Amino acid sequence: MRRFSAYEWVRTAVTIGIALALGYLVLVFTVDDPNGAFKWFLWGPLSRMRRIVELIDYTIPLIFAGLAVSIVFQAEIFNIGAEGQLFMGAVGATFAALYFPQIPVIHVILVAAFAMLVGGAWASIPAYMKAKWNASELVSSLMMNYVAFFLGLYFINYHMRDLKAGYLVSYKFPETAWLPRILKRYNLHAGVFIAVGFVFLVWFFLYRTRFGYEIRMMGFNKNFAMFSGIKVNNVVLYAQIVSGMVAGLAGAVELMGLYKRFVWQVSPGYGFDGIIVALLARNNPLLVLPAAFLVGYFRTGAYVMSRMTGIAPEIVTTLQAVIILLITAEAFLEFWKRRKIIREAMKAEGGDVQ
Amino acid sequence: MKEVALAVEMKEIVKVYPNGVVANRGVDFSVEEGEIHALVGENGAGKTTLMKILFGMEQPTSGQIKIFGKDVRIHSPHDAITLGIGMVHQHFMLVPSLTVAENVILGIEPRRGWSIDREKARKMVEEASEKFGLPIPPDEVVRDLPVGIKQRVEIVKALIRGAKILILDEPTAVLTPQETEELFESLRNLTEKGVTIIFISHKLKEVKAISHRLTILRDGRHMGTFVTDEITEEEISKRMVGREVELVIERPEPKPGEVVLRVEELGYVRDDGVRMLNGVSFSLRSGEILGVAGVEGNGQRELVEILTGLRSGATGSVKLHGEEILGLDAYGIRRRSVSHIPEDRVEFGVALKAPIWENVVSDRYWKPPFGGKIRIFPKVMKAFTAKAIEEFSIKADNPDTPVMMLSGGNMQKVVVAREFTSNAKLLIADQPTRGIDVGSTEFVRKKLIEARDSGLAILLVSADLQEILQLSDRIVVMYKGEIVGYFPQNRGLTEEELGYYMLGVKRHEPSRLKEAIVA
Repeated sequence: MRRFSAYEWVRTAVTIGIALALGYLVLVFTVDDPNGAFKWFLWGPLSRMRRIVELIDYTIPLIFAGLAVSIVFQAEIFNIGAEGQLFMGAVGATFAALYFPQIPVIHVILVAAFAMLVGGAWASIPAYMKAKWNASELVSSLMMNYVAFFLGLYFINYHMRDLKAGYLVSYKFPETAWLPRILKRYNLHAGVFIAVGFVFLVWFFLYRTRFGYEIRMMGFNKNFAMFSGIKVNNVVLYAQIVSGMVAGLAGAVELMGLYKRFVWQVSPGYGFDGIIVALLARNNPLLVLPAAFLVGYFRTGAYVMSRMTGIAPEIVTTLQAVIILLITAEAFLEFWKRRKIIREAMKAEGGDVQ
Repeated sequence: MKEVALAVEMKEIVKVYPNGVVANRGVDFSVEEGEIHALVGENGAGKTTLMKILFGMEQPTSGQIKIFGKDVRIHSPHDAITLGIGMVHQHFMLVPSLTVAENVILGIEPRRGWSIDREKARKMVEEASEKFGLPIPPDEVVRDLPVGIKQRVEIVKALIRGAKILILDEPTAVLTPQETEELFESLRNLTEKGVTIIFISHKLKEVKAISHRLTILRDGRHMGTFVTDEITEEEISKRMVGREVELVIERPEPKPGEVVLRVEELGYVRDDGVRMLNGVSFSLRSGEILGVAGVEGNGQRELVEILTGLRSGATGSVKLHGEEILGLDAYGIRRRSVSHIPEDRVEFGVALKAPIWENVVSDRYWKPPFGGKIRIFPKVMKAFTAKAIEEFSIKADNPDTPVMMLSGGNMQKVVVAREFTSNAKLLIADQPTRGIDVGSTEFVRKKLIEARDSGLAILLVSADLQEILQLSDRIVVMYKGEIVGYFPQNRGLTEEELGYYMLGVKRHEPSRLKEAIVA
């Protein structure tokens, strides 16, 4: 496994520090009591049990999305269609929840499986276009997000909409398609176990199976993979499909655990947040867990702050933008690394050069 | 001591690359005006790095540079050119589709109004060519020129920009012995016109023949500067490698077995319509090494890529143990027990950021004991790699070290370790010792002979004639995509003789070339 070196830790810490400082600066310029607001942002998520649960609930889809993005990014495939795959997965889950046989336990599994199938199928479209015609997956997967959104809403609003609900949602799922709660008083659902389980599952897939090996070698050096006898076109396909399946599952878990019906009229944005999670985790599934937690924390902090002070939660977008910029800027803090390398190299020289 | 003006004075140059490799460890290097100064050392000794620093392509970590006695900082090749430094790289920096004159004046075009004054440009080039005694055809398209002429174009290009100091990076590596002679003649001419020449090389015979003085580098350190006539080849080589080199490699009589590879009438036309291979036919038996000699770019790369499934679209027939394999991809060919040491190890041979163990198993991660239908077993892979590191004396702490941290020679050993332990029937070795140090070269060559003796069929493609002559049991020579020479054994064969075929001066009868296919 690629080691998360001291350099990467420092870079990540500095990045988060700068992002927070910038967020604070924005508050200073826009509100009367920036310190009070910032306190809510920083400590809000931990201030009540209910908010801790909210934080965990928010972290769950981010874990799935971060894992999904990590898989394709490890292959150096820039499929950023997790958003659409997740959305389609949720639509598929709604269909399965409403029309599949209502057998306890089995139903949940069927819903999850069907959502993964739909998510994978959705991801296979840009994947196929990439493998077959070398179409840029970056562009096509991004475009597919819009298609997913409108197509999904069409299915929900025209075929599965609950007219009695009074607002645009699907019929309520039967109870056999609910994920169990694990705390009596709070809305914390079993999805958290599935998410953590998938962290290890994806880790195993990437580091302990031949498919993961192929994905990673292709990510390191595509020519090397081809030269070694890896069918890179197949890898291009299944890396994206597996990623789409994980993203699709995120949609299913979210609906079965939290809402018990399809509720989105705007795309929830988890897929894009998943990109930030994957970047922070350097595509390492085990690090997706803390990274998703961190991004979830920012989000929850922004909501708490918004509820307590009326400041728009979108401020968190600023933070995320800064994080993306600094993490992806290869040269950021490079001097620090280089100085260290020179020092190390010179030390190895045994001091015959000063 | 007589006072001679110094053209170049580099002091205490240290260079640490971003990946931690120390290329220069406090090197002092000075060149007198008007001399030919050879910079010798093994591959990886830091010669090219030192010259890249002088030419502004790399920044030194520390150290001073004086040009014609003045302290300078050279930030870019542009700075270097302004200071009167020119460099001819190993890989030519020419635009193939433009004419010689256009290439030479690129960036310094004489203008007439909005357009280029072609007449004047042509005249400029002709004048320079005459003045420096370097005949080049101004109207020919560069693509069609022989390597020797292209090199001359590069030299004129540097001189016309006012170069007083000319750096030549291994200029003879791509030349035949005959072309080398011509180059030397031109270089001697240039010094008479006051040009100072720095000549990078690791070929001692050439260094002895051309240089006035020489500086030896080893492992990034300065190992002394000498007047060429006052030092013997043995002395130089001792300082270069730090020990007596065993230049002779023990090569027992081959015991060829059955035919493993049979290539017939192989042809290939590149996308741009250029015919790269034409009627290439030969066969290769187990337990023998067939050398493919030739100046680079005469179809060897295409041949290797077609045989290993990395390039499609060829015509003819390639049979492996009687089975047609032309048209299979690398996946199919690898699974038929073919190994491949690629010409470009960084591009194809390794995944730099991956640890050694993941590199060593890249062709067998899917088969027991390394992996099953689904799982892979890193423990087994690492244990295997630890053994390989020892057997192939790879200098690395452990199997987890990223390949990026290794030197060129050790990287090549990682490739070699993989390709030699795959139980292959056929090995295609493309420039297996290019760019690696003497110790590793010797090691790789011995391994090739060893593998041959244990029954492997080896196709050795190399631009290094010494390597070809040292290792091959039979030799074919490629020129412009065709096999033009066939030597059933290498006894009594000289580099010069091979050179005639490589240049297309001599050519064997078709009946003799047919003998390259042995039953």
